Amino acid sequence: MSEGKKTIKLEITRFDPDVDEVPKTEEYEVPTEPGWKVLDAVNYVKDHLDPSLSHRWSCRMAVCGSCGMMVNGEPKLTCKTSLDEYGDSIKVEPLANFPIVRDLVVEIDGFMDKFKSVKPWIIRAKERAEDMENLNERGTYSQSPDELSAFKQFSMCINCLLCYSACPVVANEPEFIGPAAIALGHRYNTDSRDEGAAERNEVFRGEGTVFSCSFANECSEVCPKNVDPASAVNQAKLGAVVDWAKGLILPRGGA
Amino acid sequence: MVQVSRHDIVIVGGGGAGLRAAIAAAEANPKASIALVSKVYPMRSHTVSAEGGAAAVARDDDNFELHGFDTVKGSDFIGDQNVIEYFVEQAPKELALLENWGCPWSREEDGTVSTRAFGGMTIKRTWFATDKVGFHMLHSLFQQSMRYENIVRYDEFFVTKLLTENGACKGVAALEIRTGDYHAILGRAVILATGGAGKVFPFTTNGAIKTGDGMALAYREGVALKDMEFVQYHPTGLPGTGILITEASRGEGGYLRNKDGDRFLVDYDYGVGKKAELGPRDMISRAIIQEFEAGRGIDDEHGLHASLDLTHLGEAHIMAKLPFVRELARTYVGVDPVHQHIPIRPVVHYMMGGVDTNIRAETDMPGLYAAGEVACGSLNGANRLGSNSLTECLVFGNSAGVHSLEYASGTNEGNEASLRAQAEEEAARVDSLRGSKQGDEKIADLRVEMNRVMEAGCGVYREQETMKIAEKGMHEIRKRASSLHLQDSSKVFNTELVAALELMNMVEVAETLAVSAAHRKESRGAHTCRDFPHRDDQEYLYHTMAYRTEDGPRLDRKDVALGHWEPQERKY
Ligand SMILES: Cc1cc2nc3c(=O)[nH]c(=O)nc-3n(C[C@H](O)[C@H](O)[C@H](O)COP(=O)(O)OP(=O)(O)OC[C@H]3O[C@@H](n4cnc5c(N)ncnc54)[C@H](O)[C@@H]3O)c2cc1C
Ligand code: SF4
Ligand code: FES
Repeated sequence: MSEGKKTIKLEITRFDPDVDEVPKTEEYEVPTEPGWKVLDAVNYVKDHLDPSLSHRWSCRMAVCGSCGMMVNGEPKLTCKTSLDEYGDSIKVEPLANFPIVRDLVVEIDGFMDKFKSVKPWIIRAKERAEDMENLNERGTYSQSPDELSAFKQFSMCINCLLCYSACPVVANEPEFIGPAAIALGHRYNTDSRDEGAAERNEVFRGEGTVFSCSFANECSEVCPKNVDPASAVNQAKLGAVVDWAKGLILPRGGA
Repeated sequence: MVQVSRHDIVIVGGGGAGLRAAIAAAEANPKASIALVSKVYPMRSHTVSAEGGAAAVARDDDNFELHGFDTVKGSDFIGDQNVIEYFVEQAPKELALLENWGCPWSREEDGTVSTRAFGGMTIKRTWFATDKVGFHMLHSLFQQSMRYENIVRYDEFFVTKLLTENGACKGVAALEIRTGDYHAILGRAVILATGGAGKVFPFTTNGAIKTGDGMALAYREGVALKDMEFVQYHPTGLPGTGILITEASRGEGGYLRNKDGDRFLVDYDYGVGKKAELGPRDMISRAIIQEFEAGRGIDDEHGLHASLDLTHLGEAHIMAKLPFVRELARTYVGVDPVHQHIPIRPVVHYMMGGVDTNIRAETDMPGLYAAGEVACGSLNGANRLGSNSLTECLVFGNSAGVHSLEYASGTNEGNEASLRAQAEEEAARVDSLRGSKQGDEKIADLRVEMNRVMEAGCGVYREQETMKIAEKGMHEIRKRASSLHLQDSSKVFNTELVAALELMNMVEVAETLAVSAAHRKESRGAHTCRDFPHRDDQEYLYHTMAYRTEDGPRLDRKDVALGHWEPQERKY
């Protein structure tokens, strides 16, 4: 926690496509309180200095994933990032590698498509009604704590997209499916209840997916939830290759 | 020009309740077209923040009777018993479905789902996924919903009006936030799943988006808001931000302590008896305030507070069961619960009241349904038990999805021209608000004033006089909210306009809350009046119904559905 109140300078990207050709930067003087996060300072601007500033936020407890921004050039979850980490002048920009809608708001349609493309749901060979012999009397599948921990970490992603902003491959190749989407597909592939790995590995073998990754590891470094998407990508690569090799020997993915 | 689209049903809200409703309808009829409209991307909905767990009978030593009675007693006997019975019976099936859809519930060695203790529950029946239950439930539901091609999403669309024909609901008018365009999203039935309204108070666990929109939408069309006086204060919010430290911390064995380090719930008689830290929320919140009043609060850089002690649980247990609590305490108050006490104080958490609904999730308006925190189906009465509401989102989300679809198949789609005309009118109203310099009220200032009035009048402890001041104050603030001064005239992602619309919704909801509270001259559940310290079943064993008039809410009453659990003194 910091010692006391101080006034900081916040430089914020402003862009309204109705009037601006290109984004510009505005400066604001913000009197801060001890304990404030970067988001508190941005909200101060919105409430007291310029109500036309647009940004996304909601939970302010690092779980809804909406407040990602570039802070002094690095992707950060602004409700989790303390002002104390910075000096008296902070630059806040929209997340890199995404089209800007307005001010600090970026467009994430592309991500939503990538997200869906990995089939992020439990796939079973049989419909639930025919699968009853695998369910216990409470209607649940059995899963041991070890089986749970095999995928748990990859299920912690809050879709904040910091990893896309940090990823050098996304920067060059916007179609790259990206760290969080791969981690998500891999999360289901490694869930003991799932039987859809063959389908997802098919997706992973496609263009612009796991084999586009250049091992920069930037994604895992910026991830605020320790999802470690880089390791998911590595494991997913392996899974996709093994599955493909199996497919060569046994037709229909070894089924 | 408004853009018109047509669906069978339109769901407003992409949180736990809205997503469950969408999946239920999509499964019931794969040919039905289901619109899912949400002002934020569904995975940002505030269900994401729920930490502790979801209740449903899961063990051999538990049964529906026990879960039912705990809920009735928790409600201080104005929960509707038919609704409660239906809820406890449906609950296990719903949580099991979530499991089948991938929710990473914490497990026992034998592969079954674990359960934990929770406040006011006599048996361990709260299912959990460490302490990020809402997050995992929401993401599981959202990801599952993507399978269904007949669910059509409208992400970041803000609904501002219900469209009606001959008194029946036939769709919604919505602002597309990204473009500023207006849409008439038509359907034969509409489900409100817009969540709660904690943001009418200054100090709350709720996120910025919980502004009571759905309550205001229904209220403006003549539907009653029920039992609005019952506001849940959670005993353990972090000072400053109001961020929740889950009740699961006490379920896992944490203690509450005062400035002398005493476990005051054990040392003094606060009516929670042997339950101590596992007593219901209303009672524990009152106990903390009484500790403050007795001079036993802790006063330091966090302001006046009590403390939550987890240090005896040990690091391994905390990391296995409460890792998010540790992350939150470290990040937001700079305290590591493995070694230090967490500062906490009571914080506004949940609205027991909401849009009046029945066991089928129907409102009084044909074609309009509601589920989740926006609804008051009278499961929770005067005090919700922790971990019942996530399950409520599923049980009544499902009910709303299935029943609205049934209704939709037997009704017409409405006259497009007339519905479009209503939406045009609404678009014109909102357009004139955008960047409007007509009024002189600033959004941020008026919000602060509403918050101040509500906290002063409708806190943990209430008094006739202060509630009357809040009633009058909210009446004035509502009037003032019709002359806002806006500065942003851009059509693109205009969050000032959205904030103005949200404020106009909150002032309506806050006024019903203050008026309903001032009228109930008794103490029941979360509604505690210093001047009327006892429950009065003779006079007040009924639901408060608030109907909108220009001059403020008109109150009426509705019978409580009693059953085989007789009202008795609520002691633990
Ligand atoms: C911090 C916290 C912890 C909690 N922990 C627990 C717990 O452990 N166990 C438990 O049982 N309960 C818990 N609760 C309560 C529970 O989480 C909520 O009651 C529940 O999640 C509400 O879900 P919902 O679907 O009704 O609403 P929400 O999840 O709030 O979703 C509302 C949806 O409506 C949309 N919406 C709102 N207004 C509009 C509009 N005008 N136009 C378009 N869309 C709109 C939003 O975008 C959102 O998608 C907790 C609550 C909080 C705040
Ligand atoms: S993997 Fe991490 S950084 Fe990437 S979206 Fe998920 S939580 Fe954010
Ligand atoms: S506001 Fe929700 S993650 Fe920051």
